Amino acid sequence: MNITLNGHTCWAKPGETVLDVARREGVNIPTLCHLSEFSPTGSCRICTVEVENANNLVPACAFPVYEGMAIRTNSPRVRRARKTIIELLVANHPQDCLFCVRSGNCELQKLTQEYGVRTHRFQGERRRARIDIASPAIERDPEKCILCGRCVRICHETQHVGAIDFVHRGFKSGVAPALERSLNTVPCVDCGQCVVNCPVGALTEKSSQKPVWEAINNPDLMVVVQVAPAVRVALAEEFGADAGTVATGKTVAALRRIGFDRVFDTNFSADLTIIEEATELLHRLNNGGSTPMLTSCSPGWVKFIEHYYPDLLGNLSSCKSPHEMQGALLKTYYAKKIGVDPSRIFVVSIMPCTAKKYEAQRPELGGEYPDVDAVLTTRELARMIRVSGIDFHKLPNEGFDDPMGESTGAGAIFGAAGGVMEAALRTAHYYLTGSDMKSLTFAPIRGLEGVKQADVRVGDVTLKVAAVSGLKNIKPLLDDIQAGRSSFHFIEVMACPGGCVNGGGQPLPATPEKLRKRTESIYQIDRESPRRNSHRNESVQKLYAEFLGEPAGHLAHELLHTHYVERDDF
Amino acid sequence: MQIQDSTQQIYGKFPLGDASCLIDMLQEVQEHFGYLPDFEMQKVARHVDIPVSRVYGVATFYNQFRFQPLGKYVIKVCRGTACHVKGSLNILTTLENELGIKAGQTSKDLLFTIETVACIGACSIAPVIAVNDEFHGGLTTKSLQKVLKSYQRQGKESEVADECI
Repeated sequence: MNITLNGHTCWAKPGETVLDVARREGVNIPTLCHLSEFSPTGSCRICTVEVENANNLVPACAFPVYEGMAIRTNSPRVRRARKTIIELLVANHPQDCLFCVRSGNCELQKLTQEYGVRTHRFQGERRRARIDIASPAIERDPEKCILCGRCVRICHETQHVGAIDFVHRGFKSGVAPALERSLNTVPCVDCGQCVVNCPVGALTEKSSQKPVWEAINNPDLMVVVQVAPAVRVALAEEFGADAGTVATGKTVAALRRIGFDRVFDTNFSADLTIIEEATELLHRLNNGGSTPMLTSCSPGWVKFIEHYYPDLLGNLSSCKSPHEMQGALLKTYYAKKIGVDPSRIFVVSIMPCTAKKYEAQRPELGGEYPDVDAVLTTRELARMIRVSGIDFHKLPNEGFDDPMGESTGAGAIFGAAGGVMEAALRTAHYYLTGSDMKSLTFAPIRGLEGVKQADVRVGDVTLKVAAVSGLKNIKPLLDDIQAGRSSFHFIEVMACPGGCVNGGGQPLPATPEKLRKRTESIYQIDRESPRRNSHRNESVQKLYAEFLGEPAGHLAHELLHTHYVERDDF
Repeated sequence: MQIQDSTQQIYGKFPLGDASCLIDMLQEVQEHFGYLPDFEMQKVARHVDIPVSRVYGVATFYNQFRFQPLGKYVIKVCRGTACHVKGSLNILTTLENELGIKAGQTSKDLLFTIETVACIGACSIAPVIAVNDEFHGGLTTKSLQKVLKSYQRQGKESEVADECI
């Protein structure tokens, strides 16, 4: 059908909204409550447009096009209405942008600039609420909330967790955890999807920059840092580079300049995880253990199963997540190797994730000392780089330190949904057949879809596998396991839709286009790696020979495996 | 034991996993307890299979639901126009200060709950409050304190009587 958009005739499909057509035609309409791939709520009204012969302005995100429709997105009436909406939002907002962590990439702040809000047109009572800082991963400042509802929809509809929801009504409306408790006392899984979808500073990660700076400034401490696979394909975005720019070398250089004493690669322990996990999978298959085996790398997912499906904890791999394995080894193997007392080693993990902050303080993840002392998100690292006066783009490319700096392509793809599965299959194939797989690309389990399934021929057996991301997608599969109907052998689960590239600690905003590019870069790192099988990592082989002994052996169990806790669903 | 049995009866009336019953269930639970205890909201959430956050969100949306037990004496303070002109705001603040609670809350000894009402329909005796079903009109802050004291005395006496039984 034909419609007129700002005087130009353009083509539109029936069922499309005004916003869909405008975006395709290159006309910007501001949105706040809109979330692509969700049905529109039209609650914020900022996308308001004028339709010829209609009495009232209509919300572009929710209004379907019709034949002959004439739309004006840029009339004085539209601009005035949008400005009023912004002014009303600002009137009920703390306006403490100078101190806000989202200053500079806040959607409300951007709109006040675009629409030239220069005065406090409306003044009156402001909503008051207390800051919630009790969660180890996520902070909430309800006064900054503009009630767009994106966090609520993500939490309920994408993650099926429902830790937060709208409460009260009218002026007192807000978003809060159940019974208005603190976030740490409700079954929130700390995935941080609410944080990456918050347009303002109402939801942010709990910052660990202060303890990390203190450790760096403490001459008695040896501060060791490790970098997760998905950080290197996203960090450069914080400095204006295109999405998907691979910045491994510059990240290492920046960390050295910030003052970290050793810079190691979490991809190393991702390789190690694969050795342990593939061994565990084969052990379960050969000895009638609980199958399907579920991966345990994603701490948000681990917390989810502990809360909601505690009867299936036996199916969860006992492997610690890679950065926790690395931490455990840094305070044992590495401490011994360099002759430093483990009490003097401070381990920092740079993660794309908020749930890792929660994971690091789980009491069972550590012996005498916690495996990991502090977790920083990609965004926090960018802030540390900025305050250190480092020009990121002018940094040279540097390599990781030995011995936990070597990694293979299999470790790299942990950052993309389906990657852990793919890496594990490569090594399981080697264990079963004694040879490496000929083709190392598993197209059916790559990509950003929520559920990907495949039958993989490994030697004489066919393994039925699935890679799932986004917690709502795992529920049907878990229900099948509970009912005894599941025919899968191995399921990878990532809490965040698209895996770690879309983690709660990644640069904002995470558009689908950016996620696709970050994912492509992850697979590019794999393609360009000289070694692409975890069992070919020579430093990992050496680690087993020098220290751990056998995969899944006694020491490996002590340091690299963990147990889980049944938690209440409330 | 008695309480447990009777809530089972409430829950038994509603099919499992049917969220359309939510408000009916909350109403029955409130009728039973006089308010919505946290624990019961969790039970309702499990029963209809939705997150507790949503149950709480729905419950806080409607004025009819309360989250604290009602006091023995529910004081309704009229905030209608006539009472306002005759100083009902003073009456309300005095009450709040005397009892150490805000409108909508219940005192710790579970004796008093303060509520505000838009108009109680007794403008001729403004400013007016209703304590349970008894009306007290033409109040001043001084006479209000007398009224309050008499209920405090009554409340204590009946408590002693209860203990004797």
